[in-house]
Amino acid sequence: MSGPLLTVEGLSRSFGSLVVLAGLDLTVEAGGIHAIIGPNGAGKTTFFNLVTGALDAGSGRIRFDGVDIAHLPPYRRTAMGMCRTFQNIRLFGSMTVLENVLLGLHCRTRGGLLAPLLETPFRRSPGEAAARSRAVEVLEMVGLAARADQAAVELPYGEQRRLEIARALASGPRLLLLDEPSAGMNPQETLELETLIEHVNQLGVTILLIEHKMSLVMKLSRIVTVLNFGQKIAEGPPERVQRDPRVIEAYLG
Amino acid sequence: MLSDHAVSILIFAGIDVIMALSFFLPASAGQLSAGQGGFMALGAYTAAYLTVNHQMPFPLALAAGGLVGGLVGLAVGFPALRLRGLYLVLVTFGFGEMVRVLFLNLPAFGGPAGFAGIPPATTIWHVLGLLVVLAYFFTRLAGSRMGRAFAALRDDEAAAEAMGVNSTYVKLTAFAAGGVIAGLGGALYAHYTLFIDPEAFGVGRSLFVMLYAVFGGLASFWGAVAGATILSILPELLRWVKDWREILYGLLVLAMMLVRPQGLLDAALLARLSPRRERAAAHG
Repeated sequence: MSGPLLTVEGLSRSFGSLVVLAGLDLTVEAGGIHAIIGPNGAGKTTFFNLVTGALDAGSGRIRFDGVDIAHLPPYRRTAMGMCRTFQNIRLFGSMTVLENVLLGLHCRTRGGLLAPLLETPFRRSPGEAAARSRAVEVLEMVGLAARADQAAVELPYGEQRRLEIARALASGPRLLLLDEPSAGMNPQETLELETLIEHVNQLGVTILLIEHKMSLVMKLSRIVTVLNFGQKIAEGPPERVQRDPRVIEAYLG
Repeated sequence: MLSDHAVSILIFAGIDVIMALSFFLPASAGQLSAGQGGFMALGAYTAAYLTVNHQMPFPLALAAGGLVGGLVGLAVGFPALRLRGLYLVLVTFGFGEMVRVLFLNLPAFGGPAGFAGIPPATTIWHVLGLLVVLAYFFTRLAGSRMGRAFAALRDDEAAAEAMGVNSTYVKLTAFAAGGVIAGLGGALYAHYTLFIDPEAFGVGRSLFVMLYAVFGGLASFWGAVAGATILSILPELLRWVKDWREILYGLLVLAMMLVRPQGLLDAALLARLSPRRERAAAHG
């Protein structure tokens, strides 16, 4: 299982006169863990927003599994098998832990507005019952099953980040985009996160990761892309990128 | 048994609850409508026109009122897709006014003189029956796929879209369903008052419907039920103050919103009343 899963060609985007991405080319191979690093304002999160459809594409092409997705609405892209987490945690505040994960299953389940009228208080529809057991499975994978009925926003910070990953995983992605998943985590939580990311990857999910913690990037990723001012300044295996003079300059200069 | 007067208070309170629920449904998906009076008018005039001019059986006319409310709800949903918050409130307010002026200028519906001679058909059982169906629907909705999509859209629209929710579809569904409920409420109203005129469904109506739901609290549909019941029966309880009634009514609403800005039934109170959350808290 190899070959490109995500291919981006000449991707540009500006906000007013500010150019955030300038003709970025990037290929994510299927099956691996690919990290994107770069100083603040390098365009990393904007790149995620363009790939997932949160922002309209400027110019350039975005292909997912060979299909041009640049003009598809976000929910269609999620249905095709990509899902993301957010740099600033964006869980659904009125929902429990379990409900957040169930929402992630939205595109994998059926059931319209009137479906609840066909259920009885004693028997859930087969779809809803299956969704719930799948959601519990995902929570078990991230170690939050015991928290299922708690309000999502009551969780400690590190667990909220893990819940975001669980919610994204519930949508059944082939490509999981993680935007600074270790931000604000202590060393112990970061270690658990590493294990989780590796586990998810072993299940066959390709990971695209924005990260600032270099130890995590070095340990997990097979390939690292370095962005600066909206352009790719280096790409390759982590050891090589780390020694690249342009990368050192971008970070220290 | 209950006196005719008591039954009439209950029927009007029941219709107010139905209207508050018609506001609550789109509001639970983050779509605030200040035009529910407009949908109510469409349901009322449609059903009344059919029973008066075409001798249509009441249940069919009722369904037609709901259908027209829903179709127009769908149509109003489209411009609403691009608008949020206060702007959406203003556009739906404009829609409500448009409907009122439309019926003022349609001679076939009586124009400003109103539409009279509607056959008496609505009974307390119709109102209670619809309320039971709605209560069942809303109870089940909270734990369903669409109910969660509504809540997700209200909590964080961008995150909901990123997780695979088709926000266009969900918003239009919410508006249309709100329109159906308001249309049914209007049809029931018309066949109880037996006379309707455009002023009955104007801005005042839309704002009171909104007040009922907000006063009761938007965290659950029970808020809309409680708010509409209390606020529509309150004027009857305040009869003894005579001329001061409306002032006292306003003061009571104001005092309540100061004490409980999240509404009567806020999330904390609901959590204490809900057995499931209690269990979770005991474990945690």
